[in-house]
This record gives sequence, structure tokens and C-alpha cells, in this order.
Amino acid sequence: MTRKRRRLYMVGGGMLILATATALILTAFSDNIVLFCSPTDIQNKATCAKADIRLGGLVEEESLDRGADGVTVSFRVTDLSNSIPVTYKGILPDLFREGQGVVTEGTVNAEGVFVAREVLAKHDENYIPKEVSDALKASGNWHEETKDAKDY
Amino acid sequence: MILDYFANPARFLRLANAVLPWCVSATVILLGVGLYMALFVAPADYQQGESVRIMYVHVPAAWMAMFVYTNIAIASALSLIWRHPLADLAASASAPIGAAFTFLALVTGSLWGKPMWGTWWVWDARLTSVLILFFLYLGHMAITWAFDNPARGAKSAAVLALVGFVNVPIIKFSVDWWNTLHQPASVFRAGGPTIHPDMLWPLLIMGLGYSLFYITLLLLRIKSELLGARLRTLDSLRQDAA
Repeated sequence: MTRKRRRLYMVGGGMLILATATALILTAFSDNIVLFCSPTDIQNKATCAKADIRLGGLVEEESLDRGADGVTVSFRVTDLSNSIPVTYKGILPDLFREGQGVVTEGTVNAEGVFVAREVLAKHDENYIPKEVSDALKASGNWHEETKDAKDY
Repeated sequence: MILDYFANPARFLRLANAVLPWCVSATVILLGVGLYMALFVAPADYQQGESVRIMYVHVPAAWMAMFVYTNIAIASALSLIWRHPLADLAASASAPIGAAFTFLALVTGSLWGKPMWGTWWVWDARLTSVLILFFLYLGHMAITWAFDNPARGAKSAAVLALVGFVNVPIIKFSVDWWNTLHQPASVFRAGGPTIHPDMLWPLLIMGLGYSLFYITLLLLRIKSELLGARLRTLDSLRQDAA
């Protein structure tokens, strides 16, 4: 075996072992690497049964209620199988609306309501010119749920 | 093998000198056209409005952050295994450029995150792994120059670059493996891009412009290192003669 070949095997083997170790570590800690818990996770997962958590999901359609004082809002966060009521007092990000993905940070109170300290809006992978979305909405061909499968 | 062909520094310098003017003009044209299209021609997004224009600076910077690190890892393997004489130079010349791209991606992402997400920063898997990439670049630069013997510095940096390479697939797939605040990929994804062609074209032109900018800087930096080495040799020869 030449020295070059030996070095190749050492580097290759080292990388393989490192990749395996990293994969094992990441798999073991995957519950801690996720940013948020879904409403279903909160019921099922031990790592989501803490007092202080991040709750993530979609803002349920027709659940948004802006309070009379103008700063308190309540809505439900859903993962389409379970949902949790959320209240929040503060400024919402630009992308916040019904049907949008959100991540909220806070605690669940005695009534089972999630009291959020912070509400963050998620953006999805779709980039669509405003003119195109306006035209689709005008012609009635706009479907929130089929944005992924659209043809231009 | 083509890589052996360029193991000769004089040959490499000849090639670099021939290619550099073309690289510079292509960079200027692509970045000029790309920025004009991104800032003035491309349409506003239906959700993000005009803030979408940050994407044309942010996304190519993030691509380059991973691309340059991959190049450093390849150069490090070439150096450690095949002892290619220019590989260490290519790696040490790439590191500050890659660090700058990573910094740009982090800063522009943060500027976009505040109005869109509602926060400058969140410790999700994507943002954290890119921050680690930035520290890997800084570590690579520090280690390269941490030894009196430059060859030892280059060797240690090469080992660090290869070890840190596990982070690159983690960055790419972080948004698929774990839930994150950062959105999933829009361009390099199974099932094709989810970005309208009117927005995709300026982005791709910017991406090409960034790549050529990197190649230009890389050639310039390697060239100046080679010329510097030649000067140092001449200098010591003159001192020996005196």
C-alpha cells in the first residue's frame, strides 16, 4: 500500500466515523433540536410537557379574535389534528394572519390556554409576485393549500 | 490528472493572469445586471412586499457560504492525502471570503427576519448551524496562522476543515430534518423551485455573479501569495549573497 493510499483510507475512514457519530448524536437529540412543539406533541411528547415551551402550527381559520383594547389577540394554533387556544398581548409580525404558520413562546395556564410572550410568523417556501396572486384571486383560482402544486 | 498540471506555481500564475480579466468583467456585468433586476425589475412578493428584495442578496450569500466551505474541504483533502502544493493556499485564501459571505447571509437574514418573522434571531437548527459555520471559518483562519511553522498551521487547518465539513449537510437539510422558523428550500429542492420565474432569474444571475466574484478574489489572493513567496525567496537569496 502506497503512503498516498494509506492517507486516503485514513481520511476517508475518519470522515465516515465522524459522520456516523454526528448522525447518532443528532438523532439522539432531535427532540431538543426542534424549535417548537405542535399541539399534538404537547399531548404526546415528554420533551414538550414543560411549563415553558414554544408552540408551533397554523393559525386556525376563523379563530382570530382581536380584543377590544386593540393589543390583546386570541386565536387557536392547530396542526390540523389538534389545536390549542392562544392569547397574546403585543405587536404581531407582518406575516401574521389566519392560515399562516406561527411559532409562539409562552406557558399554558390553568384553563389550558397558551399565554404567549412572543409570537413569530413563519414564511413558507413560496415566492409569488403580487400581481400573479391578485390575478389568481380575481379569477377564483387561488388556493392557499395548493400553492405548492401550482403551475405558472 | 488536471490537478497535477497546476501543481506548478508558474503554470498556475500564467493561467490566473489569462483568466482574471474575464472573471473581473463577468463579475461586474453579472452583479450589475443581477442587482438592477433584483432591486428594480423583479416584482414585489404577495406576502413580503418589497422586503423580498433582501432575498437576492441573502440567498446567494448563503449558497456561497456552503460552496466556499465545501471547496476548502476538498482542498484540504487534496492537501492531506495528495500533498497538492497549491491546495493549502487555495484553502487559506478561501477562508476569509467564505467568512465574509457567511456574515453577509447572517446579517441580511436578520434584517429580513425582524419585519417578517418578528425577531432578529432565533436559535433554530438552520440559523444555529450557519452561525457554527461562521465560527468554523474564523477558527480555520486562526489555526492557519497559529503556528510558527506555516506547514503545521496549514495541516491543522485542513483537519479542522474536514471535521467541520459534517456541518454543511446539516445546514442544507436542517430545515427538513427538524422544525425550524427558517423556511424550507425554494430553489434546490425535490419537485422543482417554488419561486416564480420572474424572481428566480434575478436570483440565479446574482448566484452566478457571487460565484465569479469568489473565483476572482480567490485567484487574486492565491496569485498575491505566490508572488509574495517569490519575493521572500528573492529577499533571502539577496541577504545570503550580501
